[in-house]
Amino acid sequence: MSVDGARHASSHHPAWTRCAHWVAAVSILVLAFTGFVILMAHPRLYWGDVGNGLTPALIELPISPNYRHGGWASVTPFFDRTGSPVSASRTFPLFNENAWGRSLHFLTAWLLTLTGLAYLAAGVLTGHLRRRIVPAAGDLAPARLSEDVRRHVRFAVRRDAGSPYGTLQKIAYTFVIVFLLPLAGLTGVTMSPAVTTAFPFLLTLFGGMQSARTIHFGVWMALMGFLLVHVVMVVATGFRQHMRAMTIGDR
Amino acid sequence: MMTRRAILTRRDMIVTALAGAGGVLLSGCSRGELPPTYGHLLRMGDNLTYAAHRALLPHGLAREYGREHISSFPAIGTTNPADPSQPLAATLGQRYAGLRAGAFRDYRVSIEGRVARPGTYSLADLQRFPSRTQITRHTCEEGWSAIAEWTGVALGRVLAAAGTLPDARFVQFHAFDGLGDGIDMIDALHPQTLLAYGMNGQPLPIPHGGPLRLRVETQIGYKSVKYIDRIVVTDTFEDHGPAGYLHYGWSWYAGI
Repeated sequence: MSVDGARHASSHHPAWTRCAHWVAAVSILVLAFTGFVILMAHPRLYWGDVGNGLTPALIELPISPNYRHGGWASVTPFFDRTGSPVSASRTFPLFNENAWGRSLHFLTAWLLTLTGLAYLAAGVLTGHLRRRIVPAAGDLAPARLSEDVRRHVRFAVRRDAGSPYGTLQKIAYTFVIVFLLPLAGLTGVTMSPAVTTAFPFLLTLFGGMQSARTIHFGVWMALMGFLLVHVVMVVATGFRQHMRAMTIGDR
Repeated sequence: MMTRRAILTRRDMIVTALAGAGGVLLSGCSRGELPPTYGHLLRMGDNLTYAAHRALLPHGLAREYGREHISSFPAIGTTNPADPSQPLAATLGQRYAGLRAGAFRDYRVSIEGRVARPGTYSLADLQRFPSRTQITRHTCEEGWSAIAEWTGVALGRVLAAAGTLPDARFVQFHAFDGLGDGIDMIDALHPQTLLAYGMNGQPLPIPHGGPLRLRVETQIGYKSVKYIDRIVVTDTFEDHGPAGYLHYGWSWYAGI
């Protein structure tokens, strides 16, 4: 094997991918935390365009003092008919840390968006995404795929010879980079009145502002699941070595 | 060697492209269009959002719905400015209670500041303007949403009647519950930005801001100032001090 081939076989990460990785890691953690704080203000999820404390919820999450509050003063119908939508005033103090929560969420979203776009541009131009991240046809061959699954089930993960990432690893990274993170961004801006005024098709695409919010929450759970598995795999396959490779580089 | 050089060239291209993009964003921020009192660390993101929205978003109309989509609608924040337990209600609340007792016949909203013809308008005066009725979604920063039918006069028509001066940049709203907030002229002149006096076919209910509230369909709900008392057109940014949301860390631009 040539010197060049050996370098590719190692887990060497170019400086720009190391930078992008850690900016993304910190951003995703801050977004996850501030997103949770924002969700605590109204821990109910809905489908469609509308959902509020006076309408049924799809899911009510037991995550804040606002969970199952139930406190509404005199309910007034808007129309003189049965089943009319109603108005009511809230009678309980709301837990709401959205002032700094929202601003920090959006500041961090800008950081992740700009980093992500730079990463994608560099990844396409340098061939990094094609060579190392996106699964190749060979990776997806049933034999290779089933072998990688079996290795994971047996907790016997090794690196594939000649390729820094295994098939499942490539699938997971690609899924996060080209599907989950863009979906998080798109469902996020679908909650913005200014953005959907400019691009109403976003509301059609996700089935409404509240559906987008619910999908945004689903993406959050998927990303947290990925993070958990990612960290477990890093620890299981050599924490010190991976951390050195991903921070100062391994050569 | 050649490969390495080619990679460097590509890298240079990327760096140049990114620097160019950054330059465009920065020049967007330095046109003097941002509110001058608007700046600490968290405000960086809000400033960037404001500049990006104003530079990049095409103009359009917020989605409008059918009557069958009208939903239940919580009334939050101030629900009665005359309530003596309201912290900011001392004098304004008394005045509001008097107007309410007279079914708002003596209510006048004043338009002042950078306008050629300052003046006051009764509800009847506002209703003589061509009215607009729209069924739109209210999006609360807390995360919930509701759909209602709003009837009112486009703020732009009232501003045109008052004759905004060429240096007008912001429209400030002072409310009977002691709160205040402002919007820029782009939001103020949006055709769906209303001074609303009707909700779901009825006079605007007190808990929802009666007799007159703002509807800004391109913004989060808290920008839709309820119980409007005075409208002041300004050439400079105003943060409304403790009467405004900025004081408590909320974004001035809440389009997202």
